[in-house]
Amino acid sequence: MIIAIMSLSLLGLGLGVMLGLAGRYLKVEQDPVVIEIEAMLPGSQCGQCGFPGCAPAAEALAAGTAAVTLCPPGGRLLAGELAAKLGVTADFSGMTDDEPSLAAVLESTCIGCTRCFKVCPTDAIMGAPKQIHTVFKEACTGCKACVEVCPTECLQMHPIKVTLGTWIWPKPALAA
Amino acid sequence: MKLFRFRGGVHPESHKEETGDKAIEVLPLPARLYVPVQQHIGAPAEPEVQIGDKVLKGRLLAHSQGAISAPIHAPSSGTILDITEHTAPHPSGLGVRTIVIETDGNDSWADGLKTINPFELDTDEISARVGAAGIVGLGGATFPSAVKLNLGKKYPISTLIINGGECEPYLSCDDRLMRERSDEIIDGIRIMLHALKAKQALIAIEDNKPDAIEVMKVAAKLYSNIKVVVVPSRYPMGSEKQMVQTLTGLEIPAGKLSADLGVIVHNVGTAFAVRTALRQGRPLVSRIVTVGGGAISSPRNLEVPLGTLVSEVFDYCGGFDQEPARILMGGPMMGQLLPHTNVPIVKGSSGVIALTQKEVAIHQTQPCIRCGSCITACPCGLLPLEMAARAKKGELQGAVEYGLMDCISCGSCSYVCPSHIPLVQYFNYAKGELAARRRHKQKAEETRKLAEIRMQRLEMEERAKQEAAERRKAEREAKKKLQEAASA
Repeated sequence: MIIAIMSLSLLGLGLGVMLGLAGRYLKVEQDPVVIEIEAMLPGSQCGQCGFPGCAPAAEALAAGTAAVTLCPPGGRLLAGELAAKLGVTADFSGMTDDEPSLAAVLESTCIGCTRCFKVCPTDAIMGAPKQIHTVFKEACTGCKACVEVCPTECLQMHPIKVTLGTWIWPKPALAA
Repeated sequence: MKLFRFRGGVHPESHKEETGDKAIEVLPLPARLYVPVQQHIGAPAEPEVQIGDKVLKGRLLAHSQGAISAPIHAPSSGTILDITEHTAPHPSGLGVRTIVIETDGNDSWADGLKTINPFELDTDEISARVGAAGIVGLGGATFPSAVKLNLGKKYPISTLIINGGECEPYLSCDDRLMRERSDEIIDGIRIMLHALKAKQALIAIEDNKPDAIEVMKVAAKLYSNIKVVVVPSRYPMGSEKQMVQTLTGLEIPAGKLSADLGVIVHNVGTAFAVRTALRQGRPLVSRIVTVGGGAISSPRNLEVPLGTLVSEVFDYCGGFDQEPARILMGGPMMGQLLPHTNVPIVKGSSGVIALTQKEVAIHQTQPCIRCGSCITACPCGLLPLEMAARAKKGELQGAVEYGLMDCISCGSCSYVCPSHIPLVQYFNYAKGELAARRRHKQKAEETRKLAEIRMQRLEMEERAKQEAAERRKAEREAKKKLQEAASA
């Protein structure tokens, strides 16, 4: 009995120490700045920046090889935050915020090819082979990935309509 | 009763005498009513009638959606002509889903809820009935009243304050209501006291309404727990925070409710509507509207069915004497600029004001001279000049650190500014922009979650495919072995 308890606790202790050491010495180093930047990016892996996903884009940003204006879905707001984070000054004047828009399926020309929902980064399109597909507006991020693969151009971007709930007062005109 | 003073405030010219002495008139029934499904703070109501339906007055047109919402009822009997987009009474001039009713002129009521003695009902039942009647804060904030009546269950409420301050210039609808329907208001207050289980009610009235004070005092005489309190006339006395501070000396902490202090504030119009709902089983389908401003040829107070176009209200009051420079819904200090008069009267329309060029008095904005007038005027103890400077530069976070979120947008700072800087306009812009950013961030977070879920799903599918392939391989091999064994 005592031998069994002793051997098991010894085993546990030994393995625990080994795990602890392994965790300490064999750790994969990741730059905390990269992690923080990745958390700021939209995370939809849409690829509009030219990188294969948000993590590689974050690495490039941290290394200083990519401009803070690289993320179209993040827009000016994100570019400003990134510039503040990285301590760089960036020229946003060339960056125009696209009018925010969402994808919608034109039902008369959809052939049910299933290509669009396979590329949607947020699973915002529902459909089945040879059935008309549809876009969930709430989940669409306006990344345009589906527009590019649609063979019949039935997926089109429509500007988001301003409603009473989303309308805001414009900034007062500057003093003379 | 000892009163306390809130800091700051302004004394705009009251202009109340133009309408205050005229009795409430009932507006003749218009041929068409445009009833928006969003007349309150919260989620819009969902229509449950169809085009062509015949409706009676008071019938439910659209039911509430979610915890903070309010239903909409037919303001008169008639036929549903259309359910369409119509311009909302809102400075944006945007459309809102609107139910259009062609009235039949009979104005006949649908059977209301069976009424029983409200004092035999419990809190839940009273607030359910108030909610079902579509009653919202009629002072202009249009927050669903049922939600506020239910707060008595969560917080111990000692005092119900009935706001008869009506501090906005030009408006006299609450004044007239108190003078003409005092008994009904007192009855409504007693029902609210019963629902909230509160000890006392204080009816606060500004000292520029001596007749209303007299009448309400007489009506409240029978009840020892209802007291009329005369408060000094100073804008923004009618604001909840300032009213609570004046009566209790307590300041509502930033980000808290008055209920945290054991106080609930309701408007006098709301008390009247609660009484109508509980005693007569009738929903909120009309309200008292002050029609005023220098451009109106004969200003007065009208009882108007909800959904009446502002243009018809103006026409009834003799139209314009002179071209109005600005048309407002609500008072001139905090009212909403209207894009045109083809918009309906809604639950929160305390008044419609047509101001002349002289009354509007637009001045050229000058640079800030740091005189500090805005600081003296701010009833919330903020530094408007510092906040505006930051909002102007787009440093919204800086403005928030200076207390932007505690600003009640009363406009006192803009009113006193000798340089005519549009201070409150900067704050409204900054608050809207911050709300838009919050929405943007929320969407980004949801996107991240959705993307993660998709990744997991793709991995799972991949794994399932692999496992299936391995299983098939194993099966094939087992079969092969079996065959080999059989042939051997």
